[in-house]
Amino acid sequence: MISLAGRDILHSWGKFVFTGVGLGLLIGVTLTMAGVYRGMVDDGKALLDNSGADLWVVQKDTLGPYAESSSLYDDVYRGILGMPGVARAANVTYLTMQVRHGETDVRSMVVGVVPGGPGEPGQPGYLIAGRQITRGHYEAVADVATKFQLGERIQIRRNIYTVVGLTRRMVSSSGDPMVFIALKDAQAAQFLKDNDAIVHQRRRTSANPTYNRPGVPGLLNSVIASQSINTSVNAVLVQILPGFTPAEVAEPIRRWKRLQVYTRAQMEDLLIRKLIATSAKQIGMFLVILAIVSAAIVAFIIYTLTLGKIREIAVLKLIGTKNRTIAGMIMQQAVGLGMIGFVVGKIAATTWAPFFPKYVLLEPVDAAWGFFALMVICVLASVLAIRAALKVDPAEAIGG
Amino acid sequence: MHWQGIKIEGLRKRYGEGDTAVDALKGVDMRVAPGEVVGLVGPSGSGKTTLLKCLGAVIEPTAGRMSLGEDVIYDQGWKISDLRELRRDKIGFVFQAPYLIPFLDVTDNVALLPMLAGVPNEEARKRAVELLEALDVAHRAKAMPSQLSGGEQQRVSIARALVNRPPVILADEPTAPLDSERALAVIRILNDMAHRFETAVIVVTHDEKIIPTFKRIYHIRDGVTYEEAGEGRGFEPALDKFAVK
Ligand SMILES: Nc1ncnc2c1ncn2[C@@H]1O[C@H](COP(=O)(O)OP(=O)(O)OP(=O)(O)O)[C@@H](O)[C@H]1O
Ligand SMILES: [Mg+2]
Repeated sequence: MISLAGRDILHSWGKFVFTGVGLGLLIGVTLTMAGVYRGMVDDGKALLDNSGADLWVVQKDTLGPYAESSSLYDDVYRGILGMPGVARAANVTYLTMQVRHGETDVRSMVVGVVPGGPGEPGQPGYLIAGRQITRGHYEAVADVATKFQLGERIQIRRNIYTVVGLTRRMVSSSGDPMVFIALKDAQAAQFLKDNDAIVHQRRRTSANPTYNRPGVPGLLNSVIASQSINTSVNAVLVQILPGFTPAEVAEPIRRWKRLQVYTRAQMEDLLIRKLIATSAKQIGMFLVILAIVSAAIVAFIIYTLTLGKIREIAVLKLIGTKNRTIAGMIMQQAVGLGMIGFVVGKIAATTWAPFFPKYVLLEPVDAAWGFFALMVICVLASVLAIRAALKVDPAEAIGG
Repeated sequence: MHWQGIKIEGLRKRYGEGDTAVDALKGVDMRVAPGEVVGLVGPSGSGKTTLLKCLGAVIEPTAGRMSLGEDVIYDQGWKISDLRELRRDKIGFVFQAPYLIPFLDVTDNVALLPMLAGVPNEEARKRAVELLEALDVAHRAKAMPSQLSGGEQQRVSIARALVNRPPVILADEPTAPLDSERALAVIRILNDMAHRFETAVIVVTHDEKIIPTFKRIYHIRDGVTYEEAGEGRGFEPALDKFAVK
């Protein structure tokens, strides 16, 4: 027996290829949407991996530092260092902002880290050029995605920093590239007010009789001094000693320091289940709509192609073709259309993925699922056409 | 027990029910011997196509009896369980328009029937090409139907009707779109084939050009048939065409 479906596709290949390409672009969009989601998850994991931490210590009752804001005193880490199982602990701050670069702004996550030796938590893990921050002030290490070059000057708030090192795949959970600066600089940047605001605050403080007491000289100056330094950080990153489990080390810190401590697994859960949950649902919605649209397209095309062949189908039935053979022919055409679409879609997604501003991660397993879903959609979509074909009366072939 | 042709007795067909019912056949009697080509003529609406559809097991008669040789296929109800198989193996159809499958080449249009019956592709194509040779269209064997002339298409459709060697061929106005020379050629082919394969052939026609060729004609008027000797002598069988076989 010959393949009726195959012959029909070969005969009217133009129609099939055009429809297949249209369907393919739609499938390309679908695969890309899945890739955007995977990219977000991967960015989240990269953020956690690159922080080099085993535990995140944050403000009590918060989901910080990525999913919620968290604030700790910058001397808390000393106490943590003394806890059992703790190898290293380092302060870190995160601040998402526009970093000025010449005439343009680059949206970045400015990370304040303690300058120190390699392997210190919070530091960029490896550099592709340049060196780590060594001085306490005005040096920066940037992710290549910022497009900053070594030696260039960038502006964070009112201060100018020199780019001394470049790193890669260091992004925030929303995909913004990171710029690392010294912790002290970052604390200042977070807290920095403009001159008018400072003047305004000084005036208010001096007008407050609680602080400006004639009998207590120096009090006003001390208060103003304490108002203009920032002693908080967003989290303390902790590395544990070999032989300890993260839970073992976390428990005493939680209990005795009355702080929130997250392990790597909990942090990943927070990022993926809470932080990007809404975006994931958004993407899920898109996937559902795209699946429905693809199904509608396949169903419509196959239905139209079948209606165009009613007379041939009547003849086939008249000369004794079984319903099974006719249904098989239509279903194979739907599946064939789906395959053309899948190939086109995969190529399209692979081609355009690198041009997306955020990371698009095309996982083979998603493609496999997409293929499977597409085949199911094609088979279901052909049902309508098959029903129409089975209703055709062989008497129509004879005519009047 | 040998093949004794088509036998139709008291065949009735009513379309619809109640007020709108149409009695298209009101008791048709007909016999066609193996190897015989009979004409079926009658005015429009007289029930010719209805009769072919009943005999072709495409619509169900209302009453009567039909048999092909020893096999009763209808006797107040179908006596055959698989009508598609009956159509595939026992009946060849030729229509006014050739109705070839546009996405199959000429050979496969003909070979499709034996393939559907489970004959291996190569064997089915061999049978098809033999018939195409007999019908003088073998040189177009690889062409697509849309590349053929009307007469060539009609010959291919005759090859398709013949390829499973059915004992019966039903032709509904097979010469309508053809000029008289081609129309006569088609009738000659049907006569040749009937003779060669012991096929009983019924040709429905209005065509004045070919009516004189039938030895026997059935007239149908208001759903009732009348037999009449035709003026034609038929055709002498052109057996040389099948020398290849
Ligand atoms: N499906 C149907 N439903 C109802 N009535 C029908 C149907 N098919 C045919 N008829 C009626 O049955 C009668 C016979 O029709 P039939 O098609 O057999 O005529 P015919 O002899 O083939 O005519 P023509 O030469 O015009 O093709 C006509 O009155 C027609 O209107
Ligand atoms: Mg008719």
